[in-house]
Amino acid sequence: MKGKPLASIVSAGLSKFGKLEGLYAREIFAQAAKEAYERCPNLDPKKDIKALFIGHMGESYEHQGHTGATAADWAGLLHIPATRTEAACSSSGVALRTAIYAIASGLCDVVMAGGVEKMTHRSTPEVTEFLAMASDFPFEQWHGITFPGLFALMATAHMHKYGTTETQLAHIAVKNHYNGSLNPKAHMQKEITLEQALSSRAIAWPLKLYDCSLITDGASCLILTRPEIAKKYTDTPVHIIGSGQASDTIGMYEREDFTSLRAAKLAAKQAYEMAGVKPEDIDVAEVHDCFTIAEIIAYEDLGFCKSGEGGRLAENGETTLKGRIPVNTSGGLKAKGHPVGATGTAQAYEIYLQLTEQADKRQVNGAEIGLTHNVGGSGATATVHIYRRG
Amino acid sequence: MAEQPQAFNIEQFYKSIKQKRLMGGKCLKCGKIHLPPRPLCDNCLSTEFEWIELPKTGELLTYTIIHVAPIQFQNMVPYAVGIIQLENGVKVPGMIKDVPFNKIKIGMPLKIEFEETSQTQKWPQWPRYYFKPV
Repeated sequence: MKGKPLASIVSAGLSKFGKLEGLYAREIFAQAAKEAYERCPNLDPKKDIKALFIGHMGESYEHQGHTGATAADWAGLLHIPATRTEAACSSSGVALRTAIYAIASGLCDVVMAGGVEKMTHRSTPEVTEFLAMASDFPFEQWHGITFPGLFALMATAHMHKYGTTETQLAHIAVKNHYNGSLNPKAHMQKEITLEQALSSRAIAWPLKLYDCSLITDGASCLILTRPEIAKKYTDTPVHIIGSGQASDTIGMYEREDFTSLRAAKLAAKQAYEMAGVKPEDIDVAEVHDCFTIAEIIAYEDLGFCKSGEGGRLAENGETTLKGRIPVNTSGGLKAKGHPVGATGTAQAYEIYLQLTEQADKRQVNGAEIGLTHNVGGSGATATVHIYRRG
Repeated sequence: MAEQPQAFNIEQFYKSIKQKRLMGGKCLKCGKIHLPPRPLCDNCLSTEFEWIELPKTGELLTYTIIHVAPIQFQNMVPYAVGIIQLENGVKVPGMIKDVPFNKIKIGMPLKIEFEETSQTQKWPQWPRYYFKPV
């Protein structure tokens, strides 16, 4: 049945995002879990939560794998089954999807889905190397193609095909930094100007420093229940009514089109159909702006505008807080920050706040339906979820 | 002529690169050309292939100039990388050399050259090809 809730979010937590010196990933995850527990006094975490799914991309950062059990332990949830999901920057989007499988299968009534990454204690070249592991080793990494490089290849192609401009990319950065300035948990809480964005140093031309998301530490989590029992835990649940996930070639070079992410389009189609909603029904969205060009491509892949018009959508201010469809009210990966494993459920956290009227200065008035779009690597994984106020 | 490699896989592809040849696998069932060669055709699931030497010229589809590189490539920045489409439609990513950055244009013809590789096996000194203007 279209629009039938698959699972319901009854609580959510987010650590501070930023440079969290002296903390381990597991300790940051505990911060997010604590907030989720405190938001939901009717829940007895140790008794009620039956499984944990956690997104985490890189064991290289802390020389620590086995994140499922580690996170369950430090969130005070031993001895539940704890499973790590890894899909690069979509690791916790996939954790959310997996949690929905657990609920929808009938195996679990209440589960936690979350994500974590601790990155800032490593140097930029090290992080660049670790992130590149999300791309194809023998044909991309081998030839010195970095992660920003892959999105730069998309940007150059998009500019060539549609006339998208560096200024339009900069509009994304300015918007998301403004939104981040209103988010007390964002890594960067300061506005920037178009001139600053355009004059920043090149990372992978045409992408400059302000076109890139931040290297950030952070964690996020959601507590999900079967929709039928959600009201037992809260008067204001948020229902997940659509879920899509798709894959594509690990090597970006093998794809037919470099100006669109096929996995994201497929995931969006699944989610829209399941939810029985159209792009114009979405009141607020968190999309994967790992680079500014990625947000422009997301507008097009999600149907917020036609192919090739994403740059204009940004330039015309249609996705600002006061625009037709506010996107990345949290500040996005660009300003809130991008602790890669934590990003998917951090996006869901913002939509949870929006649909329960808790987004404070960033609140989109009367938002009823929200969407998250979370991309792994250069688009070999994408997850899209659609949410409705309960 | 160099000895024909047998297994259809990535290692054999780079062994051919060391011999300055760009070799792909052609599926005997559906005709799809794979670069790199694969042991299982993703299109028709066949495991029967033949080796074909791929054309060494193509057209630039997109490119970027890398300024921040992973540790292994830091001493080379800034450098250009791009994706070319060979005359038979196969796409190949790689570095673009021997051309000023401001002369690189989408649609320009490029040809594949082979690097002289060092004896060490340490990445990134494995055999590599690159693109240069025709």
